Amino acid sequence: MSCSRRDFLKDAAGAAFVSSLPLSAFVVLTADEAKAAVANATVRWGYLVDTNKCTGCGMCVKACKNENEIPYDSPVTRTWVERYVVTKDGATHIDSPDGGRDGFTSDKIRDEEIDPDNIAKAFFVPKLCNQCDNPACVQVCPVGATYKTEDGVVLIDREWCIGCGYCIMACPYGVRFFHPEHKVADKCNFCYHRITKGMMPACVESCAFGARRLANLRDPDDPVTKIITTERVAVLKDEYGTKPHVFYLGLDNNVR
Amino acid sequence: MTEDMIVHGVEWTVKELFVYPNEFIYWSIQIVMYPYMTGLVAGAFVLSSLYHVFGQKDLKEIAQFSLVFSLALLPVAALPLLLHLQQPLRAMEPLLTPHFTSAIAAFGIVFTVYGLIVVSEIWFVYREYFVHQLEALRGSSGFWNAQRRIAYTALTFGAKDVSDEAIKVDHKAAKILAGVGIPVACFLHGYAGFIFGSVKANALWMSPLMPVIFIMSAVVSGIALCMLTYIVIMEFQAFRQRRKGGTTEAGQTKGAEIDIIAKATRYLLGFLVAAISLELLDLIFRGYTAMKSWDILRSVMYGKDFVNIFVLQYTLGNLVPFVLLLLPGRTIKRTVLALLLVLFGVFMMRWNVVIGGQAFSLSFSGYMHYHIPIIPHSLETFKEGLFGALTVIATPFVLFWLINKFIPSLRRGIGET
Repeated sequence: MSCSRRDFLKDAAGAAFVSSLPLSAFVVLTADEAKAAVANATVRWGYLVDTNKCTGCGMCVKACKNENEIPYDSPVTRTWVERYVVTKDGATHIDSPDGGRDGFTSDKIRDEEIDPDNIAKAFFVPKLCNQCDNPACVQVCPVGATYKTEDGVVLIDREWCIGCGYCIMACPYGVRFFHPEHKVADKCNFCYHRITKGMMPACVESCAFGARRLANLRDPDDPVTKIITTERVAVLKDEYGTKPHVFYLGLDNNVR
Repeated sequence: MTEDMIVHGVEWTVKELFVYPNEFIYWSIQIVMYPYMTGLVAGAFVLSSLYHVFGQKDLKEIAQFSLVFSLALLPVAALPLLLHLQQPLRAMEPLLTPHFTSAIAAFGIVFTVYGLIVVSEIWFVYREYFVHQLEALRGSSGFWNAQRRIAYTALTFGAKDVSDEAIKVDHKAAKILAGVGIPVACFLHGYAGFIFGSVKANALWMSPLMPVIFIMSAVVSGIALCMLTYIVIMEFQAFRQRRKGGTTEAGQTKGAEIDIIAKATRYLLGFLVAAISLELLDLIFRGYTAMKSWDILRSVMYGKDFVNIFVLQYTLGNLVPFVLLLLPGRTIKRTVLALLLVLFGVFMMRWNVVIGGQAFSLSFSGYMHYHIPIIPHSLETFKEGLFGALTVIATPFVLFWLINKFIPSLRRGIGET
């Protein structure tokens, strides 16, 4: 086969033109345009847990499991409630049977009877994903299957997660797990499918005591945001630099 | 609950005291195998480079072998990762959409670069041999000879020039590749250390020393495995020769050479000392600074995992072989025992890092115990059980046997540079 220089150049130009056609389908956005396209920047979701109000009834765990289709009897859960019993000798007893799903109906902590007269203080602490501003899980995902949305919630793409478990290892709060059915990483997302439609997360909806509340931290008139900004709140494990966005009222120093 | 609804980790995790509900031993035996096998690859390559780059002539024989052996080990470094993925069919995604803030994202790239270096170095070392084989096979009849001819034709890639100048170029290329390969091999493995060392949530893993510790122990295990396999194969060949009644002529199989073993042992000991020093430094530092996590770490290291760490890893896996190799009047048998112990010690180090790092809860208020599945009753308990690990261990030897059919790394006088 012979190919003159003229033919070669002609063909090459043609090939370059044809191959560049699909590229024109892409539009290059500026950073601001991209931000505006992704989400409304007037929302940053936060969460407030008032540990003084939690009674450990477990309705939030039940509601979450049902709403988010986490197999009801599997030990993993997107949210759970911990019970802390601090005895007068300074020892801390912690448990969370089935994530507190069925409430705390036994006085025993792991078969250990605790003398009621010996209890210095006892309380419940609900836990869920902290939707960190600097999420370690997002940093370590090798394929970008978990990502932070513009409104601050960390999501997982079930179609793209390879199930390596690195995010589970990286989360200091232990909120992540492998979904027993989908075989990919899973965790609380503040019921993203609900909050983006103006509804409350299932756990907030189901809490009869107002211990769990959702906040839009960018809205200064949001009543929950007002509490977070004006009262003394704390976050869990801030030493990891993850900047958690679940705030606690009445957080005890024994809480892990 | 049906079989496919079982939560990953439930079957081999036993919890003690308070552990968060979602915590399990998610990274099990295959993640122990991953740094172990990667370490063997890197170590084998470093050993071969000692000869190719630094001209350690007395390592020549074991260098050829360890170069080819590192090729056999290479696919096995990625195998445990594949076996451990919950979605193995998506294994190529880190190459398609790498998310570079993740330490795992570059694995495919580093691994591929390293693989290309090893393969091309082997090609330059053995090209002359391929051409000679092709010439020898010319005109020979028979089905298998025809197959071999096709294989060798493919292996030469059409480069059949065996003039002195061409061979000189080959040797130079092999030397450059071996030189480039050392940092890449160290990177490949130091990188495995970084994957663990950078997990800030894990009190045991998080340490900037982790990558360096991993590299040192990698070289130790790689040298040990190459020496061991070399001794076993050479002794076996000599044994077979004797059974046949043949004499052991020079240039023929005559068993493992004590000079080579002595030299390689010296490197082994050097790297072993470096590895232990760094590990002890890490341990002392943690105890001295006694951060928040130290209470639970101490209870794991000096209590729950004491046998694994101080008896099996440091004493049986480090101290005993160290003494065995240093005592005068070393014999091949004693060396073999010491090498087996060294390999065991490095394996225990990987175990104590990976499993030990998950032995305590993130709440620092409870423990998790790992019970490796022995008899598999599902795909998962096979993959992440004893037999999955044995599959990973056996694969490089099968691969080496296959590769050695075409690239005889143990025959003297072939592929000299």
